[in-house]
Amino acid sequence: MEAVISFLHAAIVAGTPLLFATLGEIITERSGNLNLGVEGMMLMGAVIGFMVGLNTESTTLALLAAMIAGAGGALIFAFLTITLRANQVVSGLTLTIFGTGFADFVGQDLIGQIAPESLRLFFRPYTIPLLGDIPFIGPVLFRQDAFVYLGYAASILLGLYLYKTSTGMNLRAVGENPGAADAAGINVTLYKYLHTLLGGALCGLGGAYLSLVYVPALQEGVTAGRGWIAVALVIFATWNPYKALFGAYLFGGLDIIGFRIQNLGIDVSQYFIDMLPYLVTITVLVVVSMRKSREKAGPKACGIPYFREER
Amino acid sequence: MIMPITIRAIKKSEPGRMKAASIRIGAIILALVASSLFILLLSLNPADVYIKMIQGAFGTAYRIKETIVKAIPLVITSLGIAIAFKMQFWNIGGEGQIAIGSFAASYFALYMNDMPMPLMLTVMILAGMLAGGLWALIPAFFKAQWGTNETIVTLMMNYIALKWVMFLQYGPWRDPKSLGFPKIANFPQNAVLPKLLGVHVGWVIALILVVVVYIFINHTKKGYEIAVIGESMNTARYAGINIKKTILIAIMLSGGLCGLVGMIQASAVNYTLSVEITGGVGYTAIITAWLAALSAPLILIVSILFAALLEGGSYIQTVFGIPQAAAEILQGIILFFVLGSEFFVRYKFVIVKKHSAIAEKGAD
Repeated sequence: MEAVISFLHAAIVAGTPLLFATLGEIITERSGNLNLGVEGMMLMGAVIGFMVGLNTESTTLALLAAMIAGAGGALIFAFLTITLRANQVVSGLTLTIFGTGFADFVGQDLIGQIAPESLRLFFRPYTIPLLGDIPFIGPVLFRQDAFVYLGYAASILLGLYLYKTSTGMNLRAVGENPGAADAAGINVTLYKYLHTLLGGALCGLGGAYLSLVYVPALQEGVTAGRGWIAVALVIFATWNPYKALFGAYLFGGLDIIGFRIQNLGIDVSQYFIDMLPYLVTITVLVVVSMRKSREKAGPKACGIPYFREER
Repeated sequence: MIMPITIRAIKKSEPGRMKAASIRIGAIILALVASSLFILLLSLNPADVYIKMIQGAFGTAYRIKETIVKAIPLVITSLGIAIAFKMQFWNIGGEGQIAIGSFAASYFALYMNDMPMPLMLTVMILAGMLAGGLWALIPAFFKAQWGTNETIVTLMMNYIALKWVMFLQYGPWRDPKSLGFPKIANFPQNAVLPKLLGVHVGWVIALILVVVVYIFINHTKKGYEIAVIGESMNTARYAGINIKKTILIAIMLSGGLCGLVGMIQASAVNYTLSVEITGGVGYTAIITAWLAALSAPLILIVSILFAALLEGGSYIQTVFGIPQAAAEILQGIILFFVLGSEFFVRYKFVIVKKHSAIAEKGAD
């Protein structure tokens, strides 16, 4: 029992950076923009958040900086694809290349440094009174660090925003049929810009969790492909922020299962265990596409640049 | 919002070739200006850096050869990527296809190498192409059958392929003679591609493939069908094209070319299989293929220029002590500008009075 609780607890921690990136990409794709630069934006957030955290020892400033860095990456993408209508796939890939270079360059003198004491103290696990005492659920869900709680809050808030507010409804309209949304008086360009930037900021936060809390130190390529898994998780979660919560923690579990299996004394090559998240992602994508149904499909206009004159 | 005059972007009917070229060159010049600002931030003289870059890529016969060696895998991989992209099939699995092609070719070079050189190399080429093609066929099958998102599947398969090569290198294929160093044994001499004019014959293969792919895309029925599917699935369906079959064939070709790159790199450059075999070519080729507007002859030119950028980039690293990452940032900047410039190729601007704009819309 202890082992199960400790595993689930760790799975949630490992899933939190994935959660932020997935939520960010959900919001972005809901506005009709397929931004494949998640990995790049996460790296930018990881490095800038770490740098500011190290120099100011302020949690707020570190997280704010990470969000601005992620949003900055998203702004390049937004300008290219929304204003200049460049191809979204290629622009996103370029953003990942740029973000990787940017992170390596800015972070070159910080590699190997450990997150400052004050931040590590801030992000130590905190037991929520009452909830933390519930058997099983308490130790798994409510004895986590502040960042994990922020993740719960972010997915619930985004869910409410998407499904219960009129701006959220407008956003979904923009992603489904920008022409109709435009005709209904919604400022399509503004919606696309705002949500792509918000998405980038969330990706930046996901990166900051890796460098400031999860590791907690700056490593080269600290994201290790998590940005790409997040892009797949969006499909897994069928563009739904609540489902993103489960998807992210499931993949968090896959991320750490290797060590646990080897600790049990089962002899499996580390390299095959490392393949697991990718194999599961592919399987999930194939299964989702096989059972194609209307509500499981993504925003219809996702990936297509919108141009009023061609409506 | 009351504005009497507004600027509207209108799609050009048929962008002139000269105009398009001059806009793209303008974008590259702007990118160089932006890069100069970045270089100034490093407190270096941009002109010095650019001159050294050119020297680093083309300064001596040796450096020219090195640039060509770098360009060969880029040219062939870009051709493969271009075939897929032409069909709007986003194959970003070049890395994995190169690795798997390399793995298959290496199997023969290491364990069934009792053949004369011409036969040995032919077997390796076929093995590499077939393995790369089959590896790419997996996402193509899912795409053709259920419309599964190929971008993610091809990408995930890159990681699986690289982990597989890593497993071989650190496990069963590790050379016991390498004294604890995790390395696979070097190929025997008969499995190494010969040199022609000082550079391995990969350059001849690359040149031939540029011509072949050009003819395939522009002058064959299959190539035309691929382009139609890329333009519109519905048109393709209406025209009676067998979409599933065409997707499978095109992606098999795309992956086959990447697999061939894996064979060439293992045989002629690394002399063995290793995790570093792909060297990021699978990703760089996406950029070169796109910058070349998916045209085979342009791919040749863009790949050589990009190889020069890489070679020159590593040269300025040693001369000025600029970190490797700076070169990546420069690449990113150049790409952003070129991507953005496409807008000015496709659209023109007109100034219109708001009233007439509304009137025009009403008449639509």
